[in-house]
Amino acid sequence: MSTTFVNLSSAEERRAAANAIKDQSQERQKELIAGYFSSLAQAKANGKKVIYTFVPGNLTELIANFDLLPVLPEINALQNGMRGRTGDFIHLAEKGGHSEDVCTYVKADIGMLRSGNVGPTGEPLPKPDALLLSYTGCFTFLKWFELLRAEYDCPVIMLHTPYQGSGQITPAMREYVVKQLREVVIPKLEEISGKRYDEEKLKAALARSARAEEDLVGVLESAKCKPSPIDAYFGGVYYIGPIFTAFRGTQEAVDYYQLLRREVEERAAKKLGPVTPEGALEHERYRLVVEGPPNWTSFREFWKMFYGEGAVVVASSYTKVGGLYDRGFRHDASRPLESLADYCMGCYTNLSLPDRIDLLARYIEDYEADGFLINSVKSCNSFSSGQLLILRELERRTGRAGGFIESDLVDPRYFSAANIKNRLESYFQMIEAKRQRV
Amino acid sequence: MSIVVEQKEALDARIAPLLARAQALYEDLDLRAVQAWKSEDPSRRAIGFLPVYAPREVVHAAGALPVGIVGGGDQVEIVRGDSYFQSYICHLPRSVVELAVSGRLAPLDGFLFPSTCDVIRNLSGMFQILLPGKFVHYLDLPQNFDRRLGGEFYQHEMRTVAREVGKLTGIEVSDERLRASIVAWNANRAALRELRALRSERPWLVPTAEHYLVLRAGYLLPVEEHTRFVRDYLAAVRASARHPLDNIRVLVRGAFCEQPPVALLRTLERAGCYVVDDDFLQGAHLIPNDVREDGDPWEALSDAFLHGTVPTASIYDEKAEKGDALVRRVREQRVDGVILMAPSFCDPALLDQPMLQAALEKAKIPFTSFKYAEDTGQFQVIREQAGTFADAIKLWGSA
Repeated sequence: MSTTFVNLSSAEERRAAANAIKDQSQERQKELIAGYFSSLAQAKANGKKVIYTFVPGNLTELIANFDLLPVLPEINALQNGMRGRTGDFIHLAEKGGHSEDVCTYVKADIGMLRSGNVGPTGEPLPKPDALLLSYTGCFTFLKWFELLRAEYDCPVIMLHTPYQGSGQITPAMREYVVKQLREVVIPKLEEISGKRYDEEKLKAALARSARAEEDLVGVLESAKCKPSPIDAYFGGVYYIGPIFTAFRGTQEAVDYYQLLRREVEERAAKKLGPVTPEGALEHERYRLVVEGPPNWTSFREFWKMFYGEGAVVVASSYTKVGGLYDRGFRHDASRPLESLADYCMGCYTNLSLPDRIDLLARYIEDYEADGFLINSVKSCNSFSSGQLLILRELERRTGRAGGFIESDLVDPRYFSAANIKNRLESYFQMIEAKRQRV
Repeated sequence: MSIVVEQKEALDARIAPLLARAQALYEDLDLRAVQAWKSEDPSRRAIGFLPVYAPREVVHAAGALPVGIVGGGDQVEIVRGDSYFQSYICHLPRSVVELAVSGRLAPLDGFLFPSTCDVIRNLSGMFQILLPGKFVHYLDLPQNFDRRLGGEFYQHEMRTVAREVGKLTGIEVSDERLRASIVAWNANRAALRELRALRSERPWLVPTAEHYLVLRAGYLLPVEEHTRFVRDYLAAVRASARHPLDNIRVLVRGAFCEQPPVALLRTLERAGCYVVDDDFLQGAHLIPNDVREDGDPWEALSDAFLHGTVPTASIYDEKAEKGDALVRRVREQRVDGVILMAPSFCDPALLDQPMLQAALEKAKIPFTSFKYAEDTGQFQVIREQAGTFADAIKLWGSA
């Protein structure tokens, strides 16, 4: 990546610069997400119909093609988790017969529904007019929408997304998804919305998607700079917010990612570290690659365990669950439905385990990471099952230090701060020891 | 010794060797039976398949022996398997990996991993790494049930399996070969239907643990041999002097993938429950009725999967009928109560449970639920729970 490096004279200057350029994109991101939740709260009053769907393999451009609004239950769950609401929701779901063993996103969602379906921003969430089950990379999605269907008594539109078991998208897989889009998903969305499918409109949206994706890749790859101007995990989850939720294919997303990229490139040019909740990180001591989703209930505390030690995440797999763009994929207006099919099948959790290992190994090399860390979450078998083999294989292939911690997505009972902090401290010592040996 | 007693012993003597064989096959984790089958002809190949369902007809038509891999149960000491999985992952993959890394799956020439859940899915990738050079295929079963969509995709999947297994055996799967395999498996289905019908009608003749072992033998034996075996068992128990006990009739759901230890099945019966319907080893009876034997055999197998399966947690419930189907089954089988018995940390089964419970509550059908693991070794609590459930139904007609 090409950057111009400018040294600022003092720490104060660097911090001031960091805070100044942080505000614009972060404020814009906040506005977008808040606006999205407001539009959901007013959806029924405004005569808008609502489609519940999932982040991986989401068909945002297609949903927008019919002027429908997407609701993403995982986003509600994680936003509720960050606001400390999910403990009660999960408790409520378990009281209602849901096992303590299963996915806490599902239980947080069921609990929220039973508590009046007030969303994370305190505004009510609209009932779905349909559930679009494009279940990429997670079998639990299937059960989740079976459960929601029983609660809401609304239609489910199933999109079976084949898994890349052999490490590739075959023509048969693509054809299967495209046919489902054409013969199932589109006619059902037409029926629900009362509007005709408009391919030209879809093409225009996909062209905008590709522009935003290009800039998102620019942002994520800025972490190859030393120091990295971003944290590609804790900061990364804010960056992916708009494109993973309701904004892919919109001009707002294009503008946001342009702005974000410009800011990040400026930070890189000035050799500034990533923005943390306590200002810009000044000394990058450890560069890490992280596999697995973050914990949301103690997100800030978790993040501090990293930046407090000068650890920066330079690449992460979690920021690829809603689209894996840094391997070259872009939505393609010239082949709209094929492109949507490839997108659905290309998300990170739809990759085979060997492919996931290849990707992480490449991140470790390309981003010159000191090591990699796996945050294994109890809730998510799609991510977690096989992670201990990933750990071994990555250690064997890269020779870098591997760490392993355990937590959960939104169940506060499974975040043990002392344990995680201890493990992280040991892990950082391991990196130091490796450095000394070198 | 009275004549009656002599007759009883003679009849039991017909059952005993069959059960001894089924037990030996159940304990055959080194796959000696597979090795013996292969040793008869060096060109023979065997393909393992994980739960829940794989179209064994396709493997059979390609000249290979389909072998069910359902973990090590309570028979395997997990030495290395645990180091591959976190504590919150179910038990089955630990013992499967243990079997793999200890070389006990070596007689198998390839593996099919059906799209059952995220754990089995990721296990397919682990096998690609752990057993390099072996044929490993993730079998994506359709969740779209339209013949032109999911059906066409599934046929393509089956043809891929046929081609890859055919490369190992040197046999091309023609329509004729596949049709012959369908006939062989239909004969097996017919025998299993008879067995299930007998168990439902006179459960004292077919104890749950025996039923399970007989079913399980089909995961190692060639299909033709297993069909004969089931028929031999049927003849033996029909002629036996077994007599009914004062047990309630229960139906079990939730055990579709990770298998309960046989001792747990015996515990249920000792606690006063005749299991007259279950979803143990569900791949063996996911498609209970015959597959069409005429016309295009690929289409016939595909249609059978799309429209002929019983409801299970790993297949999308397109018509939202699993609750009604359960209630209907309860009525058909004249069941007194339902046991929802799922493996710990099994997302599909445990996420299904609230929906099944709601249907049972609405229909006022008594049920109880508990969790197990394939290596569960303590049964006292389960015995007490099942016993209390049975007693409550016997005394008051509800739990």
